[in-house]
Amino acid sequence: MFFKNFLFHMGRYTMMLGTSFSRPEKYYMYYKETMRQMNDIGIGSLVIVGLIAIFIGAVTAVQFLYQLDGTLVPVYYIGYIIRDSTIIELAPTITCLVLAGKVGSNMAAEIGGMRQKEHIDAMEIMGVNTAAYLIMPKIIAALVVIPLLVAIAAFVSVIGGYLAAVPTGLMSDAEYIQGVRSFFEPFNVVMMFVKALVFAFLLTSISCYQGYYVRGGSIELGQASTNAVVFSDIMILLADYIIAVLLTG
Amino acid sequence: MIRAENIFKSFEDNEVLKGISTEFFPGKTNLIIGRSGAGKTVLLKLLIGLLKPTTGKVFYDKVDFFSLGKKEIRTIRMQVGMLFQASALFDSMTVEENIRFPLDMFTNMTWKEKKDRVNFCLERVSLGKVNDNYPSEISGGMQKRVGIARAIVLNPKYLFCDEPNSGLDPKTSIVIDELIHDITIENNITTVINTHDMNSVMEIGDNVILLYQGQIAWRGNRDDVLHSDNEVLHDFMFASPFLQQLRDSALQK
Ligand SMILES: Nc1ncnc2c1ncn2[C@@H]1O[C@H](COP(=O)(O)OP(=O)(O)OP(=O)(O)O)[C@@H](O)[C@H]1O
Ligand SMILES: [Mg+2]
Repeated sequence: MFFKNFLFHMGRYTMMLGTSFSRPEKYYMYYKETMRQMNDIGIGSLVIVGLIAIFIGAVTAVQFLYQLDGTLVPVYYIGYIIRDSTIIELAPTITCLVLAGKVGSNMAAEIGGMRQKEHIDAMEIMGVNTAAYLIMPKIIAALVVIPLLVAIAAFVSVIGGYLAAVPTGLMSDAEYIQGVRSFFEPFNVVMMFVKALVFAFLLTSISCYQGYYVRGGSIELGQASTNAVVFSDIMILLADYIIAVLLTG
Repeated sequence: MIRAENIFKSFEDNEVLKGISTEFFPGKTNLIIGRSGAGKTVLLKLLIGLLKPTTGKVFYDKVDFFSLGKKEIRTIRMQVGMLFQASALFDSMTVEENIRFPLDMFTNMTWKEKKDRVNFCLERVSLGKVNDNYPSEISGGMQKRVGIARAIVLNPKYLFCDEPNSGLDPKTSIVIDELIHDITIENNITTVINTHDMNSVMEIGDNVILLYQGQIAWRGNRDDVLHSDNEVLHDFMFASPFLQQLRDSALQK
């Protein structure tokens, strides 16, 4: 039963994506919608992403100082640890988990509401490919904007770590800077962007899927919105593991 | 012309339609009437492919609708306008943007041409100066009109209306009915209307089918109604004692 369900959803999800990547009726309309989505996702999430990033950096700094206290590891390593752990893991993963909650649930509710109020039927009858018009701009916008948000998050985290460690006297300015500048591996940045792109795609497409096929009334809409977040989160974590294995192996 | 051929439709074990065959003609307001739950909305959605029949066929002129691919279905749908039971106006857009949406999506008109077309359609449904209002800011009757304006903006060959006058007072209902009727004749549109309003039947019933227990219990036009001895039709049309008296006195004359 579970397996059958899984196959059903996978099949319908794949078909939805197939239809959504087809030739737009009017490029300008899709362009306009993509811009609107970029604005919603990007500007709308900047504050929350920044806030989270600062604390990720700060907490990492404080806790690693505590963990490494009394060991032989030189204290400047803290800068290096913060930089790399945020770039490789924390910035893409936590940012996208949060965005699944903010952007994903919002998309599911928006599309689901349109389904329930027969807006989607109305567009279909006009001849619009609704899977394309409602979903493709969201995915494209997310693929452009979310990696940028993740890059900002990584940068802000390093600042957050600095703020938590240096002014409080836990380590010196020079040590932190030295750490941040040590052992830099450009490939880690590639890994960050790979993760950001994959997570962005997963969270938007899963959320749109949940909204697009919603039935019933407000209870189902609420469920769809919750499912969007839950399934996006699960898939993000799963993908995180797979990418880690593939790219570090 | 639209032709339905032996349509069956069930939802799990609920058989809603059991063998519907009928034709809907251009330049006429074709009515589907029946009690609540009779399957009017289901039939309308089948005709335009929002639902698929369990068995049976729908023809647009000579074209078998359900044998078409997605792209061809879309080209037919560009000739279709639909007014939904709850209007289904996009609530994040203004009235003008709603009506302009099909133009933006499917035509290469200039901004000025679109503007003119929108204003023409708004005028055609007797609405002025609501261009910049949002759907939530206008009354239900006005929303219906905007829905009609949006449905006709691309000059459709086929027009579907699901209960165009539900929730409206009798006077406004008649105005909306007449509007649809006039537009139908002006542009030789094949119009299909769902209704359970007996006023509509008597005003604009050019070609009427009555759904009852999944089948067509009666067909005819507004002139046939009074003289028919079909019991299902009478139950439906003259539901109250008051209306029965009216019919009897009309027949005596
Ligand atoms: N999506 C659906 N799933 C299951 N059953 C449905 C669905 N849509 C309609 N039905 C069933 O089909 C029957 C006919 O419904 P329909 O909406 O066509 O009635 P109607 O004639 O339009 O009534 P009303 O005048 O109240 O709008 C009902 O018994 C309803 O339960
Ligand atoms: Mg109905």
